[in-house]
Amino acid sequence: MALSEATDAGQAGPTKKPTRIFKNMASKIAAVPMVFTALVIFVGGTVWTIVYSFTSSGLLPRLKWVGLDQYERLWGSRKWLVSIENLAIYGFCSLILTLVIGFTLAALLDRKVRGEGALRTIFLYPFALSFIVTGLIWQWILNPELGLQSVVRGMGWESFTFDPLNNASLVMFGLLIAGLWQGTGLIMCIMLAGLRGIDEDIWKAARVDGIGTVKTYIRVIIPMMRPVFVTSLVLIGSGIVKLYDLVVAQTSGGPGLSSQVPAMYVMTSMFGGQNLGQGFAASTMMLVSVVIILVPWAILEFGGKKRG
Amino acid sequence: MANSDTMAAPAALAAGPRGPKPKRRMTRGNIMVYGTLFIFALYYALPLYVMVVTSLKGMPEIRMGNIFAPPMEVTFEPWVKAWSQACTGINCDGLSRGFWNSVRILIPSLILSVAVASVNGYALSMWKFKGSEVFFGILMIGAFIPYQVMLYPIVILLREAGLYGSLTGLVLVHVAFGMPINTLLFRNYFASIPEELFKAARVDGAGFWAIFFKIMLPMSLPIFVVSLIIQVTGIWNDFLFGASFTGPDLYPMTVQLNNIVNSVQGVKEYNVNMAATLLTGLVPLTIYFVSGKLFVRGIAAGAVKG
Repeated sequence: MALSEATDAGQAGPTKKPTRIFKNMASKIAAVPMVFTALVIFVGGTVWTIVYSFTSSGLLPRLKWVGLDQYERLWGSRKWLVSIENLAIYGFCSLILTLVIGFTLAALLDRKVRGEGALRTIFLYPFALSFIVTGLIWQWILNPELGLQSVVRGMGWESFTFDPLNNASLVMFGLLIAGLWQGTGLIMCIMLAGLRGIDEDIWKAARVDGIGTVKTYIRVIIPMMRPVFVTSLVLIGSGIVKLYDLVVAQTSGGPGLSSQVPAMYVMTSMFGGQNLGQGFAASTMMLVSVVIILVPWAILEFGGKKRG
Repeated sequence: MANSDTMAAPAALAAGPRGPKPKRRMTRGNIMVYGTLFIFALYYALPLYVMVVTSLKGMPEIRMGNIFAPPMEVTFEPWVKAWSQACTGINCDGLSRGFWNSVRILIPSLILSVAVASVNGYALSMWKFKGSEVFFGILMIGAFIPYQVMLYPIVILLREAGLYGSLTGLVLVHVAFGMPINTLLFRNYFASIPEELFKAARVDGAGFWAIFFKIMLPMSLPIFVVSLIIQVTGIWNDFLFGASFTGPDLYPMTVQLNNIVNSVQGVKEYNVNMAATLLTGLVPLTIYFVSGKLFVRGIAAGAVKG
């Protein structure tokens, strides 16, 4: 005991790596659940799925290698291609609009407006709700016979048509309305924190130079908030790839295939279609897309620094 | 205008805080700011309003077709029906079953995941061992992996352990997937505690658990609350795991809600559907409105890297 105290005191910090196995034993025992989760579930599970995506697994997983067959079938399947296209449309619009709305709202709230607290509460509460609840609310509001469309028609505009959920070419935008409603509050909050972190002197300097408010935001503030934007991009991006519950609740993938998304393709082939190999291949593709989002971010974020 | 501003600014800066600002209430800029905020506030607030209003109307009134109109005759029947009579398939015992399932999932998941995450964070910040940062790194990366990638291996693991289709299995899954964000939260919190405190306790002969229970726990209540908030909303709102790892009798509330509202049989009772939706959203909404700033802190912790 005395010995370990002495070594501790001699070191720069109490957290220096010990060299002996039994030292720090309690910490290692306490970390068993974490190590298990990291190695078995996260690493093990992911590797398992990738490995089995190269097999002909159907109803049950089995190690019969078929090379890239599953991937060829996947990219030859119309359902998958439609899913990718849908997600691309949704993702592109969601990314841009979430950033624009999130930043605009944060910037407006940062103008020292009255009732900031109340407004923030209103903007953020949808984020506490699940995608299932979100989807069901908007399914009801966008109901063509009784919802928004009928209200506007009832006010005298008889030809008004707004029925995205039953229109194959608009359905992704119907989902987008709900998705933005649920998710923009979070980005607004992050942006607002970023704006509050900006030195008041910047604003004073801009005012001294006679630069207008909007121009200051675009030319000075936004470039300064690059890390905040990058964090937001990563959050939005990885959320988009996971898009699933919202579609299940709001449209169930319909009408027809028109709101199918990759995550849904995975779920139906794994649990509905008894087509495990396809599910594994499709989920591996989802993983690849997350990697494409994450790797540039990780390089940007941690590239310069020494991090574990 | 701009000219006088430029002239006055240096003097004002030198003098420190300036005098009262010129009062310009109804400028075009202000109207733009408040107008935009108001329109967005409508977009965010109306769905909740519509949900409440619809759930208090009778079906005849709903068929008249104005979802924004307040109820002419308030009725609580849709709520009663949603709670105790709504049907999923052949089961007609309402959403109460899902609610109690969700509670039975939530409580143990909460206790376990917060306990595990706090110990993780403590070990990672004060008792680092060889490789601990690597495991933490894996955990952080794991938070970004789409759940679908790990779903089937977990099915196999649970089946091997004899837990597939049980609430215990689902609880363990929630603990595992809540670990990254909550571990990060506790790790960052404990890392901000002054080192001297830890050293002093060590000199007094306190070990791993003694320091954790006697010193760290009592001073980290706020972060426990933040972690609890994250977990309550996360677990209550989960759909994917609930639908994948349990059966119809044990479905959590979200899954049962979806099955009730999106069932194709029978006449659609929109008021009952909305009452059911609102009931499901009530738990996280209550947490949100009660916790206020702590909720924001929780999501900010999720957003800002450690």
